[in-house]
Amino acid sequence: MNMNATTPKLSIRNLYKIFGTDPKAMLPHVQAGIGKPELLARHKHVLGLEDINVDMYAGKITVIMGLSGSGKSTLIRHLNRLIEPTAGEILLDGADVTRLSHDELRKLRQSRMSMVFQKFALLPHRTVLDNTALAPTIRGEPGAGTRESARRWLERVGLEGYEQHYPHQLSGGMQQRVGIARALCSEAEIMLMDEAFSALDPIIRTDMQALLLELQRELHKTIIFITHDLDEALRLADHLVVLKDGRIVQQGEPQEIILKPADEYIENFVRDINRARVLRVRSVMAATGGTDGHDRIDANATLEDALERAQGAADHVFDVTDGGCVVGTLAMTDLFKALVPRHARQEDAGGS
Amino acid sequence: MTTYSGLFEAFGLKGWCEAGSSGGPVSMAELLAKTTGKAAETNLWDTPFPSLDALHGACGAVPRTRELTAGIERLFLGIKDPLKTVLDPLTQPLSWAIDGALWAILVLPWWIVIPIFLAVVQFAARSGRITGFVASVLLMLAFVDHYDFAMQTLAIILVCTVICVLFGVPIGIAMARNDRLQRSVIPVLDMLQTLPTFVYLIPLIFLFSVTESKLYGIAIILYAIVPAIRLTDLGIRLVDRDVLEAAEAFGMSQRQKLFGVQIPLALPNIMAGVNQTIMMSLAMVVIASLVSAPGLGALVLRGINKLELGVGIVAGLAIVMLAIVLDRVTKAALAQVNLATKH
Ligand SMILES: Nc1ncnc2c1ncn2[C@@H]1O[C@H](COP(=O)(O)OP(=O)(O)OP(=O)(O)O)[C@@H](O)[C@H]1O
Ligand SMILES: [Mg+2]
Repeated sequence: MNMNATTPKLSIRNLYKIFGTDPKAMLPHVQAGIGKPELLARHKHVLGLEDINVDMYAGKITVIMGLSGSGKSTLIRHLNRLIEPTAGEILLDGADVTRLSHDELRKLRQSRMSMVFQKFALLPHRTVLDNTALAPTIRGEPGAGTRESARRWLERVGLEGYEQHYPHQLSGGMQQRVGIARALCSEAEIMLMDEAFSALDPIIRTDMQALLLELQRELHKTIIFITHDLDEALRLADHLVVLKDGRIVQQGEPQEIILKPADEYIENFVRDINRARVLRVRSVMAATGGTDGHDRIDANATLEDALERAQGAADHVFDVTDGGCVVGTLAMTDLFKALVPRHARQEDAGGS
Repeated sequence: MTTYSGLFEAFGLKGWCEAGSSGGPVSMAELLAKTTGKAAETNLWDTPFPSLDALHGACGAVPRTRELTAGIERLFLGIKDPLKTVLDPLTQPLSWAIDGALWAILVLPWWIVIPIFLAVVQFAARSGRITGFVASVLLMLAFVDHYDFAMQTLAIILVCTVICVLFGVPIGIAMARNDRLQRSVIPVLDMLQTLPTFVYLIPLIFLFSVTESKLYGIAIILYAIVPAIRLTDLGIRLVDRDVLEAAEAFGMSQRQKLFGVQIPLALPNIMAGVNQTIMMSLAMVVIASLVSAPGLGALVLRGINKLELGVGIVAGLAIVMLAIVLDRVTKAALAQVNLATKH
């Protein structure tokens, strides 16, 4: 393991955000445990975020998920301080972003963090090429090199030939490709994406997710991705954070959250997903030594793959391999158990 | 003895009235009463409204209305000199600009001015049809010997519009950025827009001599600057918040946001404001002929004063044609701007 994997790139510590006329005065109430509805009814302040702690690692995609109004946009806007926190710190490589001066903050936004928006937010009066080159232009970098790199990024997201078009001449999906090219063209190590694909129709959306994963395999950015869609979250996330009413309900590896939901809220969230297609063999295998001679399956294969390979045999056992080495075994009985949501299993246990 | 004498007696103010009696010239009403020899009636039907003049009849210490107007006049004359020492140097460049423009547009021969004018129109509106229309109007006016007057009117409008934009756009931007400023400026704009145009002229006549061109220049600018300010404020406030947030998220400075995002996106609204400013300048420059503004308005005024119906009608039609020309050209220019920044 290298250093990057052990020290977070970006970490949020005890972050609070309260909206209203005197947020600082409300902080003791919130820290004493007053809830969002009560704070609104009694003190006329909106609780935006409450005691948020998240570590985000370099080269990983951290997905923040939650229903509408749960504070996702508020949270992501704290990272580049489009919103000022009421209390808490945001550490980027150990340095507190909340203490930066105006100029330092602008430098940070220009070169270390880029952002992709739900409604694209391209400049309507500039061409696609000029939009893409926004960050270097703001930094005041000279023309030819910047234009060349903007052209390269546009090509990379599949928009060659559209350089001289204006945003309104493109479809939503194409506009968001420009949004992504614009973020990449800033060469920032961190990319903030606020519901970047939510305004797109399902097929385009799947395409864009694939594009993002493909770019990520190559670029290893630190990505913070906001979504309210569980399928999208599961597809993209290395680390998943679930928000509810400004509080973190559960965070961890997506597989872990599906298999061990922390409470009813998360159970309801994960109930309707296709577990066979989402869960991976490594999450349900038993980490014992291999039983030589058996059928082998990759640790990252889905349970659906395993089911298909076993061809309905209920007593089948696989050897699980990761990078050629055997790392455990997968019995079909364990697989079947994992396919049933936890809540239902508990009820069965109580009934018998 | 008049109706209200008893009132002052009842309050025991008779002594004060007599001591304070200013005497002064006799009023017309008193004179009439004397000549008809009729004593003032005291029945209910004829009771006069207790105005200053009526009360003065009963009590000499109460001032008459004409003393009030005279007092206001004295007040104005009193503050005139200090105000003038401040305002005169500040507004002098306006006189120079207007006089300079009036001189330049008439000293240049028509065969230079008209082509320059048409070139500007073609550049702004990019429409052969509109340029042709403007050409035919100008030639027609020149043909009936109204060229000089029309050009004077245009020169004044041009100078005043440029100044309105120079001041109005920055004021509008400042208002868009500061809610408190907006709240305090809007009542002033409302007042400027609702005051009848004649009323502007009155304090200005006191302050400046009628022979100075800045007198009507100020009147025109005060009246016509309002839409430039309002629509700049509106345009900047209407800029898409998401786009502005993106600009911020990529680290634009205030200045970069203003010139790179807000002004370009507000440009259609600002141009609509300029169009209205031009039209309102034209309306005011005609009225300003009352205070010696040259141009077509002066001809209309001559038509009215000397009952020269024909002169008035021709000048009036010329103003209508100028109005159509200015409106068409600025609307076409606005359409060009919209095309360039369309969302
Ligand atoms: N400027 C503000 N003033 C007051 N309350 C605010 C403000 N901004 C956000 N809120 C409140 O904070 C809460 C979280 O809002 P936020 O926009 O972060 O939600 P979200 O999770 O992004 O929702 P969505 O999925 O609809 O975008 C909401 O209850 C909202 O009313
Ligand atoms: Mg949101």
